[in-house]
Amino acid sequence: MKIQSLEDLKKISQTYEKQIYAPEGIKVNIGMASCGIAAGAQAALNKALENYKDNPGVEICQTGCIGFCEQEPLVEIMATDKPRVLYQNITEDKIIDAIEGYMAGDFSKNKKWILGQLKDPRSLLDDDLENPLNGVEPIEDIPFMEDIPFYSTQVKIAMRNCGYIDPDCIEEYFAKKGYIAFLQALKNNKAAEIIDTVKASGLRGRGGGGFPAGIKWATCAKHHGDRYIICNADEGDPGAYMDRSILEGDPHSVIEGMLIAALGIGSKQGYIYVRNEYPLAVKRLVTAIKQAEAYGLLGENIAGSDFSFKITISTGAGAFVCGESTALMSSLEGKVGRPRAKYVHTVEKGFRDSPTNLNNVETYANVPAILLKGADWYTGMGTEHSKGTKVFSLVGKINNTGLVEVPMGISLRDIIFDIGGGIPKKKDFKAIQTGGPSGGCIPEQFLDLPVDFDELAKVGSIMGSGGMIVMDQDTCMVDLARYFVDFLKDESCGQCNPCREGLKQMLDILTDICDGKGKEGDIELLEEIGAMVQKFSLCGLGTSAPNPVLTSILYFRNEYEAHIRDKKCAAGVCKPLFHYEIDADTCTGCTLCAKKCPQNVITGEKKKPHVIDQGNCIKCGICYESCKFDAIKIC
Amino acid sequence: MSEAAMMETVDAVEIDYMELDNIIEKDFGQNKENLIMILQAIQRQYNYLPRPALSYLATKIGIPMSQIYGVATFYSTFSLEPRGRNIISICLGTACHVRGGNRVNDKLEELLKIGDGQTTEDKRFTLESVRCIGCCSLGPVVKINEDMHGRIGSDEVEKVLEQYE
Repeated sequence: MKIQSLEDLKKISQTYEKQIYAPEGIKVNIGMASCGIAAGAQAALNKALENYKDNPGVEICQTGCIGFCEQEPLVEIMATDKPRVLYQNITEDKIIDAIEGYMAGDFSKNKKWILGQLKDPRSLLDDDLENPLNGVEPIEDIPFMEDIPFYSTQVKIAMRNCGYIDPDCIEEYFAKKGYIAFLQALKNNKAAEIIDTVKASGLRGRGGGGFPAGIKWATCAKHHGDRYIICNADEGDPGAYMDRSILEGDPHSVIEGMLIAALGIGSKQGYIYVRNEYPLAVKRLVTAIKQAEAYGLLGENIAGSDFSFKITISTGAGAFVCGESTALMSSLEGKVGRPRAKYVHTVEKGFRDSPTNLNNVETYANVPAILLKGADWYTGMGTEHSKGTKVFSLVGKINNTGLVEVPMGISLRDIIFDIGGGIPKKKDFKAIQTGGPSGGCIPEQFLDLPVDFDELAKVGSIMGSGGMIVMDQDTCMVDLARYFVDFLKDESCGQCNPCREGLKQMLDILTDICDGKGKEGDIELLEEIGAMVQKFSLCGLGTSAPNPVLTSILYFRNEYEAHIRDKKCAAGVCKPLFHYEIDADTCTGCTLCAKKCPQNVITGEKKKPHVIDQGNCIKCGICYESCKFDAIKIC
Repeated sequence: MSEAAMMETVDAVEIDYMELDNIIEKDFGQNKENLIMILQAIQRQYNYLPRPALSYLATKIGIPMSQIYGVATFYSTFSLEPRGRNIISICLGTACHVRGGNRVNDKLEELLKIGDGQTTEDKRFTLESVRCIGCCSLGPVVKINEDMHGRIGSDEVEKVLEQYE
């Protein structure tokens, strides 16, 4: 069926609203994003499907990322007469018990598997619907999801449907107010109004640069030629995976965002450039595009109008620099992905030398919500110059690893300690690295900083695509700086001298420092080369590459000095600069370390303090990790 | 990889030119702009990029071999050498790095006696480091073929490898 009008869309939505909110019988939603699958969600899904194949009263479904990655696989079970319950760590061996327990209304037996119950499953766009859980008696002694710190401060706009709908089912997206914003805009047929709304919303590019999307759209629309709409899904920042989750959990929100951009700017052809490392995202996108085409929402004469738009998927081949817009366009043309100087902007001459509008996944996913609820609603969230919400991936040394979407302006402390639940094993917080390899390391003294584009820049870091890597006392800042420079040196495209040679020199100096060969003057030399690379590199990769080194020198100079002068790495990372010792007073003689030592160099009698033979120790750290009494010290 | 080394691999694999035509013409419309995706399809077929296939591709879509070589060596997914039966991708992204991914990598290199990008002599394993597969919550992560092994300790590596022939 080809959708011709809003009425057509509403008719389909109504049937599926029921499926989403008020299923007949029991509905089980299993979080099937890549990380869920890696944690065992596929096996759990198969098991449940097999077990209930003859029971029409139990519907087993897949959904996208539910966000709380630390507790994957996550499973949500719902019915109309009971609260919706979210279960954690539900692997193959637990899923049947969980479903049976839910059906029987017995929540006490499996209580430790339960993360919480939902007060209200509606998204921000669904406020005209009645809360389907009205009148349902809550379960005693089970916390509400809305009260759990990990979820309580979150506001989901870009990820509004992730974890609620089946990403392979366009009708469920319809039921979540999908494609309404686009169809309304299409019927009004006022391109300038679309652009004005996006401008007024203050939406800034979520890929890293933070350029106002509305202004980009308006400039692109002014230039003549075959205009192109590109979605940058080449999410290369290590530690950032929100774009993958959106594509895997709600691909239609991105497609609709691109459609709206095409309508506003006047384009007939769109491209989505996805990382090759994200096979599931590609698969779900392909399905989504086919479904949208079948409903006549993509292709020729969309919804009976004279507007036509096609989307083609192109996969990257493993080059970080292709996240840079000009490099990406060059890669789309089948060439080597080398950036070019931007004295002529891509909105004027980009892909195939034509006017091109490029935004990232999260930016497009925000657009339908903004059009539907209005710019004023969107500007009600966030700070003066950074409106709305941002998705962050909270990873590293943090208790609650996961994807969180919070209003701009929230403090780093709230993100790390309230939402993230603090540092594991009661270790000390050392720094948080934002913005990927080109970002900076922010120390404890700035934890009360409100997170937005401008505030992060003030302390030498960037928002980037939203990766937040938390580091504790066991992370060596010099080693980390070396890690990032090593990464960027590998990924440098090699066409401009400052980046290609500068990074190599910086890496050599940092490697020397980590190997205990650091010299006086190395720090100053790093600062000098860093400043040069920042100033004279051609593209964004080069100009931001020294950030991790320069910020870590700024805030952790003492660590560099300890490496160079005292030849000590207090974090126990740089092997030539420390050794392990067993503290005789704390060691209980449990023998665990001796058993685990791959070199067999730990000796001692049972229940008596053990000793490490320093000469043959390879400092693999297995004893340090496995000791339950913290008896192994870094010296 | 040197020119000579490239030549050595010439007869390592038999090329099905009909199949190659299918990829180039049918799937990708013989279009230069699709070069990267054509190379990906060839690599899926042969597990690496055999030189004769690339020469054929060059004449077919009218791009000089040098340019194809440039693209094939620029992007990290492409391999000009035959790879092993099992591809180990060790994640060295930031989250895995701070959680000890390096120790796992050291262990893998020690056990297999190969470095990054190399293949064991018996062609059982190829070791490739990747920067972030987006499973940061499960770090350190090792992906072998399509299987994901999360929260892996360096002392567990040997056992995991045993599962693969």
